[in-house]
Amino acid sequence: MGRMIDVPSDRGSRPGPASTGELNGVLKSRREFLARGMAVAGGAAATGSALAAPLEIPPAAREMGRPIPEAMYGMPSKFEAHVARRRTDVLKNRQNWSDWSMTPLQHQPGIITPNGLVFERHHAGTPDIDPKTHRLAIHGMVRQPLQFTVDDLMRYPSVSRFHFHECSGNGLTDWLKPASVTVQQTHGLLSGVLWTGVPLSTLMEEAGIDPRGTWVLLEGADGAGHTRSVPMEKVLDDSLIAYAMNGEALRPENGYPVRAVIPGWEGNVSVKWLRRIKVGDQPWHFRSETARYTDPMPEGKWRQFSMVMECKSVITSPSGGQQLKGRGFHEVTGLAWSGVGKIRAVDVSFDGGRNWREAVVEGPVMDKSLTRFKIGWNWDGAPAVLMSRAVDSTGYVQPSVEDVKKSRAIMGFVQHHNAIQPWSVNEKGEVRNAIGQA
Amino acid sequence: MPSAKLRLLAASTLAALVSWGCAGTGGGMAAKSSTGIPLGTSGPHAVQPLPDKPRFGQPISENELLAWNIDIRAPDGQGLPAGRGTVAEGKKLYDAKCLACHGEDAKGGSVYGTMVGGVGSFVKGPRVLTPGSMYPYAPILFDYIRRAMPMDRPQSLSANDVYGLSAYLLHLNGLIPADATLDANSITRVMMPNRNGFLVDDRPDTNAARCMTNCK
Repeated sequence: MGRMIDVPSDRGSRPGPASTGELNGVLKSRREFLARGMAVAGGAAATGSALAAPLEIPPAAREMGRPIPEAMYGMPSKFEAHVARRRTDVLKNRQNWSDWSMTPLQHQPGIITPNGLVFERHHAGTPDIDPKTHRLAIHGMVRQPLQFTVDDLMRYPSVSRFHFHECSGNGLTDWLKPASVTVQQTHGLLSGVLWTGVPLSTLMEEAGIDPRGTWVLLEGADGAGHTRSVPMEKVLDDSLIAYAMNGEALRPENGYPVRAVIPGWEGNVSVKWLRRIKVGDQPWHFRSETARYTDPMPEGKWRQFSMVMECKSVITSPSGGQQLKGRGFHEVTGLAWSGVGKIRAVDVSFDGGRNWREAVVEGPVMDKSLTRFKIGWNWDGAPAVLMSRAVDSTGYVQPSVEDVKKSRAIMGFVQHHNAIQPWSVNEKGEVRNAIGQA
Repeated sequence: MPSAKLRLLAASTLAALVSWGCAGTGGGMAAKSSTGIPLGTSGPHAVQPLPDKPRFGQPISENELLAWNIDIRAPDGQGLPAGRGTVAEGKKLYDAKCLACHGEDAKGGSVYGTMVGGVGSFVKGPRVLTPGSMYPYAPILFDYIRRAMPMDRPQSLSANDVYGLSAYLLHLNGLIPADATLDANSITRVMMPNRNGFLVDDRPDTNAARCMTNCK
């Protein structure tokens, strides 16, 4: 099901029906029914024979469906089993504890990523932490060190906020030439989440910050003891201790039972399985903020504490590996976001960046949140190169790779890739990653 | 400018503490505000007014936090524990607990790449990232090994073990001699080649224009 024909590799090693041949008769006729419905909806793309055939009463209308069990956590349709997180196809780690999985953005409508599809990045795997025994401590340069149970944290006045969450390494395989096929592989270290929790400022004020306290250490309870230093200013501005995401408890892989949420900043600063907060008067310079998560710069240098995720956008449909279902109308749509504010506008080019049209930015448009944009396109069958360019509320315009290359060294695993992503479309309607080609 | 704002925030936080100092801890505040302030607000930076702020934190002493308080600050090494370890002791431990993943002499193994060399590789590339080439300060190595290694048994090593392993890795990178012993004092004095290799974030570093027609 979809507006595009999916990439074969995207249909690869997954559970669920993989081909028509594996489907039984009932499913086969349902699929035929769906195909006919699609053909009618497709209008110009539909064949005469499909339109000529009269619609039959579908099997689902002639029988009882599944009854409601006593208790059950609902799951997506079995026909959507291909919509799943995937590990990278490009940079395969030889172990999958310090590893990542990516969100299938090509299948995501709207701006919320379902919890089972929110991307993962762990440094020592996912712990299973009992919320009854978990403790969060705040100490260091405070008037009174404190500890909290998860129940304690849930008693505070709560806030819920939509924010994008993006790994600083999103796009690191695709700077100068295409390495990834799909948008899941180029941009899938990105998710949109409604976080619920306590403003970090509430807890910091209760502990009483020493006026000399200018930096805060956040430490996880996982096997990596993942740790970052965050400036006090950001902590007191809009940071949260979250215990829920998208209307339910955090998933284990996303920090259950509590995590930090540092809105708009690179994902790993929002330390998961948060166990300890320490106030200090300078940063700690952990491995994760020196040897890793730093940006190569000219003359052999490295940029440190580059935590803001700058304004960025990507077209998710059509995107790499998909194929257009014929000439005529296509809704071109994608996501835009900025770590410093709201999305003001998104422009789309169909000719590789020579000419641009302003897309419709669909509300809600929120601070440091995924924002959906859309623009109609009548494809005439000629080759095209599609790209999007976002502008945020500070007036910052999303750069091209060429722009970024002027100030940074693009060599090795380069973080903070917020440059424009081109997708090429050939005469057959096949969509390909065109980074560095346009 | 940021530091001035920071001081202001800290000052207002302290002032707030003074004014609610009598609120006590662990008070049984209901989940709703008595003054009718909505508790489930959503929106940018919405924080509720504070006069009836509940306090649920339980006091804990730094002493009770000792087992968790494992961070080492760099460059000054604040937090480094007592103890010492030699290059030779480190090699023995390395061969027993690290070699399977990181390989003979830390040159890369079945799971991870090399932890040796790379000094001087950053200008021309490809950049080879190792503790020797990348870490600006040696105590970072101690902090990371102690909290995260070995990957299948993190936080299982003694302070002496971690000093020894740090010594072995720094020696393999040519940064300390074969007969060196490391402790809290000496590890802080090891001069790392990338000590001055970092610049603080100066973005935005692009200035793209919003051209709409005939842009290329």
